[in-house]
Amino acid sequence: MSDDDLQALGLLQDPVRRSLYDAVAAGGGEVGRTEAAQAAGVSRTLAGHHLDKLVEAGLLESGFRPQERKGPGSGRPAKVYRRAAGDRSVSLPPRDYVSLASVLAEVVDELGAEERAERAARGAGRRLAGRHGGEPVESVLRGRGYEPYPDDGVLRMRNCPFHVLSHEQPLLVCSMNLALCQGLLEGLGDDPGRARLDPRPGECCVTVSKTNDN
Amino acid sequence: MHLAQLNIAHLRAPVDSAELAEFVALLEPMNDLADRSPGFVWRLKESDVDPTATVVHDYGDHLLVNFSVWESRDALWDYVYRSGHLDVLRRRKEWFHRVAEPYTVMWWIPEGDLPSLDEAMRRLERLRTEGPGPEAFTFKDSYASSEAANLPAAAEARK
Repeated sequence: MSDDDLQALGLLQDPVRRSLYDAVAAGGGEVGRTEAAQAAGVSRTLAGHHLDKLVEAGLLESGFRPQERKGPGSGRPAKVYRRAAGDRSVSLPPRDYVSLASVLAEVVDELGAEERAERAARGAGRRLAGRHGGEPVESVLRGRGYEPYPDDGVLRMRNCPFHVLSHEQPLLVCSMNLALCQGLLEGLGDDPGRARLDPRPGECCVTVSKTNDN
Repeated sequence: MHLAQLNIAHLRAPVDSAELAEFVALLEPMNDLADRSPGFVWRLKESDVDPTATVVHDYGDHLLVNFSVWESRDALWDYVYRSGHLDVLRRRKEWFHRVAEPYTVMWWIPEGDLPSLDEAMRRLERLRTEGPGPEAFTFKDSYASSEAANLPAAAEARK
């Protein structure tokens, strides 16, 4: 655990900063000051102050969006914020599961044992579902950090909970993630075919259709 | 600098066989997807009129060759792993033999240059014999374009 991580996460104890962070994260891309202020129910000035604090701590990144109207009198470019790409984690006592998972993923890849890994992931998904009987899949996924949102008739996921590994071993990890989501649906008594791969840059690769027909 | 990438695959059956029919049917949509992807620059084509024609070469039967140039590593990565291409890649075992040695290589080239397939095959050989370096690397062990610029080894590999 690094002191930086602890300090950065400590900033989110403030409820205003927390809701501003949530508003930017939920925006999925660049969010303006005014938009974030409205979502958090605070003034634009106060929002700007706290947003910049979050940028300083490395939880958000900022940039400028050019005004739509060009030429004199169109004003300065608007400051926008997005969630920072890096992970922050605090664990007491210190734990490091990612390094071990990374080694194991490499071994699976070397052995060509993807299918076994997918079967195991599907089983893990089914077991996870056991603790969430009767809950809709969307809320289980939200609880597991996927950040689902509706998009064009499907549920897309803004966040990949396995981000670091999915960049090291995309084929293996994204296939396992799909199998996990399918197992989860199955365990919830739902149709596993609702979960599919439809990758886009910067998001989780899995989508869940409303019903299996669409 | 632009990024050149070669990847080769050992087909389980002749390209015109029934076993490969589904793969061949996916060539056109996958190539279209690549051509439309952000950061795509160029790819080696056998034919401008037949989208299912695979590159003809002298490196052995049943060897499928994909050779393309991209604006950046991330642009290529997003096409390979963050597009409809991922689902096709997942099915690779249906059509290709699994190989233990590296089957893909990338390296930086000056913008506007179009490397030859001969050079690409030499780079792959270099990766296989000497391991990754700025002049022949993979996604897992990639090098920034600044590390590859003006390397004597890069000129050497081009000969």
